Amino acid sequence: MKDAADKRMTLSEAAQLVQSGDTVVGGGCCYSRTPWAMLLELVRAERRGLTLARNLMCYESELFLASETASKLVSSWVGIGLRWGIPKVFREYVERDPSIYEEWSHLSFGMRLMAGSMGMPFLPTASLLGSDLLDRLPAEHIRCPFTDQLLVAVPALVPDVALIHVQTADARGNAQIEGPAYMDVECARAANTVIVTAEEIVPSEAIVRTADRTVIPGFVVDAVVEVPFGSYPHECHGRYEADFDHFDGYTEMVTREGVAGVQAYLEETVTAPGSFAAFLDTVGASRLLEQRRRARELVAA
Amino acid sequence: MSGATPIELMTIAGSRLLRDGRVVFAGVGAPLEASVLAKRLHAPSLTIVLEGGSIGPRMLPGRLPVSTNEMRAAHDAFMLTSINDLFLYGQRGHYDYGFIGAGQLDQYGNVNTSYIGDPDAPKVRLPGSGGANDIVSSCCEVMIMTRHEPRRFVERVDFITSPGYLNGPESRRSAGLVRNRPVAVVTDMALLGFDEKTGRLRLDALQPGVTEEQVHANTGFELLVSEAIGELPPPTDQELAELRWLRDGNRIDTPQTREVTSAP
Repeated sequence: MKDAADKRMTLSEAAQLVQSGDTVVGGGCCYSRTPWAMLLELVRAERRGLTLARNLMCYESELFLASETASKLVSSWVGIGLRWGIPKVFREYVERDPSIYEEWSHLSFGMRLMAGSMGMPFLPTASLLGSDLLDRLPAEHIRCPFTDQLLVAVPALVPDVALIHVQTADARGNAQIEGPAYMDVECARAANTVIVTAEEIVPSEAIVRTADRTVIPGFVVDAVVEVPFGSYPHECHGRYEADFDHFDGYTEMVTREGVAGVQAYLEETVTAPGSFAAFLDTVGASRLLEQRRRARELVAA
Repeated sequence: MSGATPIELMTIAGSRLLRDGRVVFAGVGAPLEASVLAKRLHAPSLTIVLEGGSIGPRMLPGRLPVSTNEMRAAHDAFMLTSINDLFLYGQRGHYDYGFIGAGQLDQYGNVNTSYIGDPDAPKVRLPGSGGANDIVSSCCEVMIMTRHEPRRFVERVDFITSPGYLNGPESRRSAGLVRNRPVAVVTDMALLGFDEKTGRLRLDALQPGVTEEQVHANTGFELLVSEAIGELPPPTDQELAELRWLRDGNRIDTPQTREVTSAP
């Protein structure tokens, strides 16, 4: 589908590009520019046994485990943010069976995607040396053939699918990111299939006029979905701040009810509304606009 | 100004270690607060870099980031880049200080933020490395900030997420960690350095009002002691006022406090 001139589709159509058992990498970082709508579309589409990889994970970690959407997680850090700590149900799952979670350091995880994005089988790094992380990972000591320096070689990560949420893209998938790019560009370049969701789909002329801001070229992209507030309740740089009250409500429910709280949250925000747009309706325009106002205080127009 | 809390003592002592003109890679929480405080007081040209790709941000008081990658962490930055880019400046050797927190640490400054207990049957799963492992592997001088509690200061960490001196300087070298070194641990009770010969932690200075005995009682291993233990000067009213303002955004005016620089 990469050669189509118009790759626009709906979230549920895009979900068809993901098969159960796939390795899926999510863009953004922790609760920032998370492809939230697309992630939850995979829960709605009842994909099973995915490996979900993301450089820092928020509570999508436990949503995916509790719904059996994912059977394995790969990351460098899992937490909701200082105020809320580690997701409780994620913690319980890993304490019961540590093999479901693969822990890298942030850079070594990034070098895996970088290698994938470069079409190379591995990259060397100075991270992980001397740590116990290294013993538990499919990474190897390596000596530099030129200097004999001891380093760590990390294997390329070539995900089946990358889910990327951006501020703007055109119908072909040329995508622009405002704010930090996190690992999105490496994710998009490394993955075999790339699904881009965008706050807004703009005419190609608008992309052409600001081509220096295009960070993902359309030829790597398979699907483009317009999803306003597509990261909500997470943040999207310059567009809306993360909804910390929503996080408070979620963590209270999960602290109280554990895995049943996670199920109830999925029922409330995924199953009952039936679509991401309908979920946003339950949140309400005034709350979304408040998040937008708060973003404007932090990022100059 | 009311008395400093233990966390305030720790944060202020940490901020004083950062020199002007340098670059600090700070973890979110107390290390970031210490860095922002230093920048507002004695180190205006300190460049703060944060894991999410933010270079040179200035924080909005009362809206400190809760995670290293969010908009609050990008406020008024000079450069917003990718995460790999951000870390690779460090691997290249451009970051003078790496400043991290610690769940559990041992006498060699090895840090565990992964598992309490056996990693194959853990008692507690912690949030993990994030960038901490990368920071201690690359930033020139590594500093760690943590509350001084026996459960945190253990003889041997259950799991080395972020290596300090491992079993001593030779083991660190032979592991390939030759680019940088751990230099200090800042706590609410003391400032600790590392003994060059053994790579073990050493008590260098006490926080105001804390005794040497109290430090030993809260350390789960035999802590080396400097020949002349210093005492850290108590926080000034200005340091406390600035720190509290950063944290809660409520201005308590003192003659020294300055106007916040916010986005236009």
